[in-house]
Amino acid sequence: MTSWFIEHLWLVPLLPFLGFLIQALALQPFKPRVSSTVAIAAMIGATVVGWGAAIEYFSHAHGQTLVPLSYPWLRFSEKLVGQMGLLVDDISMLLVLVVTTISTLIHIYSTGYMHGDKGYRRFFACLNLFSFSMLGLVLSVSVLQIFIFWELVGVSSFLLIGFYWEKPSAVAACKKAFIVTRFADLGFLLGLLMLSYYAGDLDFLDLTGKEVIQRLENARLPLLGLSVLPLSAILVFCGAAGKSAMFPLHIWLPDAMEGPTPVSALIHAATMVVAGVYLVARMFPMYAASEAAIGVVMVVGAFTALFAAVIATTQFDIKRVLAYSTLSQLGYMMLALGVATMERPLGFTASMFHLTTHACFKALLFLGAGSVIHAVHTNDMREMGGLRHKLPWTHGTFLVACLAIAGVPPLSGFFSKDEILAAAWDNGHYLVFAVAMFVAGLTAFYMFRLYFMTFWSRPADPHRYAHAHESPWSMLAPLVALAIPTVLAGFLPFGHYVSRGVLEHHGINWLIAAPAIAAGLLGIGVAWMLYAAPNEASDRLAYAFGPFHKIIYHKFYVDEVYLFITKRIIFRGISAPFNVFDRRCVDGFMDLTAQASRLAGQWLRRTVTGHLQTYLFWMVAGAALLMLVLWQKDSALPVWLGWIGLVTVGIVFAWQFVLVLQKKSEPLKRIDRD
Amino acid sequence: MNGPTLHHFLTLSAALFAVGVYGLLTRRNLIAMLMSVEIILNAGALNFAALHHFRWGGDPAGAVFPLFIIAVAAAEAAVVLAIVIVLFRHRQQLDVDTADTLKH
Repeated sequence: MTSWFIEHLWLVPLLPFLGFLIQALALQPFKPRVSSTVAIAAMIGATVVGWGAAIEYFSHAHGQTLVPLSYPWLRFSEKLVGQMGLLVDDISMLLVLVVTTISTLIHIYSTGYMHGDKGYRRFFACLNLFSFSMLGLVLSVSVLQIFIFWELVGVSSFLLIGFYWEKPSAVAACKKAFIVTRFADLGFLLGLLMLSYYAGDLDFLDLTGKEVIQRLENARLPLLGLSVLPLSAILVFCGAAGKSAMFPLHIWLPDAMEGPTPVSALIHAATMVVAGVYLVARMFPMYAASEAAIGVVMVVGAFTALFAAVIATTQFDIKRVLAYSTLSQLGYMMLALGVATMERPLGFTASMFHLTTHACFKALLFLGAGSVIHAVHTNDMREMGGLRHKLPWTHGTFLVACLAIAGVPPLSGFFSKDEILAAAWDNGHYLVFAVAMFVAGLTAFYMFRLYFMTFWSRPADPHRYAHAHESPWSMLAPLVALAIPTVLAGFLPFGHYVSRGVLEHHGINWLIAAPAIAAGLLGIGVAWMLYAAPNEASDRLAYAFGPFHKIIYHKFYVDEVYLFITKRIIFRGISAPFNVFDRRCVDGFMDLTAQASRLAGQWLRRTVTGHLQTYLFWMVAGAALLMLVLWQKDSALPVWLGWIGLVTVGIVFAWQFVLVLQKKSEPLKRIDRD
Repeated sequence: MNGPTLHHFLTLSAALFAVGVYGLLTRRNLIAMLMSVEIILNAGALNFAALHHFRWGGDPAGAVFPLFIIAVAAAEAAVVLAIVIVLFRHRQQLDVDTADTLKH
């Protein structure tokens, strides 16, 4: 009985997949409630098995890596086999817990939020599909499998962001998300191919082993003699950066807020976006072995954290602020991985810890924001205010989450953020530490700006305020359920369960924690001064900072840069000439052959005169020719005739081609073009 | 030379054939075309007869074949003239150039 759950771990991805199939294929004729019930049942099943497996793992087998299922799916060669299976170790069990639990809670929340929506059934089917994809990703046993589920998660995200497909902005957003992550996956695929060639193996267990890493480090590319290890690691990180929305591939995440709020909570806060962090964590020994690669991870993470936090301070859409907050926290997670080494791996544990706590409080924040939006029917914070009286439960849980993200003890966010700061300091990355500290202050500021603008101050729109009502229990119960780990998760002895290398256990380093708490309180204080009561101080500050504020408000114009590159340079500069070639030359050649056939037919038509004597004439002529040819056995006449024929055809073609180019070819106008 | 040789007869036959083909291809009147066809057939028969006379190898087929040709030509002429009569009744003229309803 001790390993029943681990042995049956294949149920965890399978149940949501079956749920998806049943809902997609068979549940149309029934009431919408049936679809959501099937979906929630599947998720509860997966959650139960997931928790059982995690408890089994952490109580009996923690520290080991188990592979309960491994199937050789694609055999590329004798030695290179793409395996599909289930990998059980500390981070995969952790993620299974997080994904199943939060997914189930969000399924329950969605029954309230999506009530009455025309696409109710489709929503739950897509949610189940997503859960299946994410769980498959988390339990992946090889890079190939994770790539497959990576793309599946991308598809699910596409379907869910574009859920309101009648809105053009939603359609644009889902396309953007898919294209940006697909583009990043180009790097991932290149890295994967490099690994498969130089390491000869695609399994995670082998790729993180010492000998393969040594082999990769010694292998050299023919190009510039670069070492394979850092390059493949950085390429794989490209894919991770796309999925986890690191700068400059972050552009899709704020736009992804076009999807329904439960989608934003599940996919773009708690689960899918951490896939990139998970991938780097999964391949951590490889990254730790290469200074260049891990340096890139650290710098990109730190920069994203700062960049996103700065932008979040100026946005007015409640979900956008939360989206940039997610970006910033993902930056934290990446930078925590970036500062860790195998000898001093505190950053690894800190990153995973922050992943867990962030999943809890960010999902709570998004669901709370959904509750607020459900109440006042607007996303714009400038039209909210004073809602703490009207939405008590939402307000209470939201406040807990805000305190957590601001790093106020003893909530979970304080512990995980402090561990990241400690990891940065202990490994000597003082600049990164300073950036992270500054971002902590900014985080507290913009989160409480959001909090005060929404729940305090005066109601900006009395009409909306009057109609605001608390959400149904189906939406409030998950909020309360998420508030519990938000408060308590900090007390878990995380380092005991999740680590790489040798992790020394200290207590809290108050020399680092105290300034962090101070920065958080300072941020809260400034937000209180500017936003708790209605005043013009915030507007005056924005005016004072003039051009800076404008640039930050427009998100540093990154989207405009991308648009410029794609429209002017790629479309007009590269695609357009190809298009001209395709239309004129390739299509022109096709039209030419059609035209030539038509002409030939027209000429031959002239032989059908209807006069018997014409036919007879040709018969006689043909007979005479045949006699001439047969009379001399080795005559060159047939060859001559053949050549004359070919030359005639060639002349016709050339003449018609000239006519096509001059656009004087008459039948071209009549040829049907679709 | 003592008399006409085989070559003379074969040349005559070829010339008759050519005359016949020319007539067939150029005359407008259907009856004239018929006459040309008779000439062609007779040219062929003359060929057979000449070769039989100058190269007789004991096979009497060379003398019989021209008879066959004459018989067949006569039968065919009878049939064709019947068709011509029907045509004339239908169109009141025998101009071949105007019979191009199967054009294109």
